[in-house]
Amino acid sequence: MTVHTPIYLDYSATTPVDPRVAEKMIPYITEHFGNPASRSHPFGWTAEQAVEEARDEVAKLVNADPREIVWTSGATESNNLAIKGAANFYSGTKGKHIITVQTEHKAVIDTVRELERQGFTATYLAPEPNGLVDLEKFKAAIRPDTVLASVMFVNNEIGVIQDIEAIGNICRENNIIFHVDAAQATGKVDIDLEKLPVDLMSFCAHKTYGPKGIGALYVRRKPRIRIEAQMHGGGHERGMRSGTLPTHQIVGMGEAFRLARLEMKAENERVRQLRDRLLAGLQEIDEVYVNGDMEHRVPHNLNISFNFVEGESLIMAVKDIAVSSGSACTSASLEPSYVLRALGRSDELAHSSIRFSIGRFTTQEDVDYTIALMKSKIGKLRELSPLWEMHLDGIDLSKVEWAAH
Amino acid sequence: MAYSDKVLDHYENPRNVGTLDKNDPQVGTGMVGAPACGDVMKLQIKVNESGIIEDAKFKTYGCGSAIASSSLVTEWLKGKTLDQAAEIKNSAIAEELALPPVKIHCSVLAEDAIKAAVADLKSKQPA
Repeated sequence: MTVHTPIYLDYSATTPVDPRVAEKMIPYITEHFGNPASRSHPFGWTAEQAVEEARDEVAKLVNADPREIVWTSGATESNNLAIKGAANFYSGTKGKHIITVQTEHKAVIDTVRELERQGFTATYLAPEPNGLVDLEKFKAAIRPDTVLASVMFVNNEIGVIQDIEAIGNICRENNIIFHVDAAQATGKVDIDLEKLPVDLMSFCAHKTYGPKGIGALYVRRKPRIRIEAQMHGGGHERGMRSGTLPTHQIVGMGEAFRLARLEMKAENERVRQLRDRLLAGLQEIDEVYVNGDMEHRVPHNLNISFNFVEGESLIMAVKDIAVSSGSACTSASLEPSYVLRALGRSDELAHSSIRFSIGRFTTQEDVDYTIALMKSKIGKLRELSPLWEMHLDGIDLSKVEWAAH
Repeated sequence: MAYSDKVLDHYENPRNVGTLDKNDPQVGTGMVGAPACGDVMKLQIKVNESGIIEDAKFKTYGCGSAIASSSLVTEWLKGKTLDQAAEIKNSAIAEELALPPVKIHCSVLAEDAIKAAVADLKSKQPA
């Protein structure tokens, strides 16, 4: 058995483009380079046809009408367009209050913060310790002037799946526009927008084996949801998002979502077995804690805190695997993950967490190598850790008065 | 984050990891930092009858730079008097390890650990 290091276990950050997707994209960079908006010649017609076929595929994966799909540059843009676009369109009639959750992606949180600067008010709900939103607390946050709520489908750090149907029903009853960031959900959970009470949903290609730089926003037609454009220009995408369509990117997203629709069931089962194997192996180490609910969770994600070991040194120790740390030291801000903090995890546990995310090209050998590596490196770092020593001496670290610097 | 070779060397092969008996009157212990900040350093020094540091041990919970800073100072401390030890400056640690600006606090922590260990030892010894 050969394992090629570093082993990629960061599929929640991005996925490789599936070779079948890349192959389909290439002719649209070279031969079929036409502008899909060119109506007067076959170059444009060919490109337009490819764009519309891709739109069909994106719509099919989530059981929507293709006319409800608007191309964007990715989930960040989709979130901005949905939240700013709907909040501004409906604020005059409904009000200026927005509900979201503390564990949302920054593309949602910072967009809502920007709206606060423009005169909106916002409630950032704390999730339960398992990462899920409590429906009663969600209801309690609703005000007469609540115009919009935004709750992500699958959390990027801990992989938990929110009860989108239940939250959507509450929004319907209260006449609130409901936006869902589904960047981490496509190809992992079933999405049926004919049934789900969701008004706006954000997608991107690169978490689902498509290329970076392309995404989509679902905008419901029945009942019709209106949004104010954030990008103005040639009136593409029925005026909701101007800008020349990147045909090859769109073709890639369409093919990636087609493959996801066809292969999702088998792939999820295979990934689940690998994840469970990884979890079982890592649980042989003392003092490990899974972050987030294990039942309402995509099979691809395992977020674990290794107590008494610091996150960045852990990342250094495990350089043979490509994973993400819950400690944001690597981005030069010495802050523990805000998502884990919102779950009520202590700073120590938040700092010493690792997100393993498994995907299409992960093998059992990769998983076994990872388990062995973690066991040896955690042991080594704990030998170095004064906190581990104190723990073994029976000292309650929460009662120690630290000389903070 | 790109680390210098020296940081990587101390991180991969930390010097003087371990624990001395904190109740020994010849041993001074300094524990600085907090888990909430992402680093805790425990530094211990042992002096002989002539007041020279003959042994130094550390344990550190923290990033690679924090581990390297504390590993480095255990090497520097051996053979020094307490007064010489107290003169070790964070800037010298940062320079030796080529720490980037965002990691300067690791060297500050190591300097604080030395001061705390020296103070602990002095408090144990008759004036």
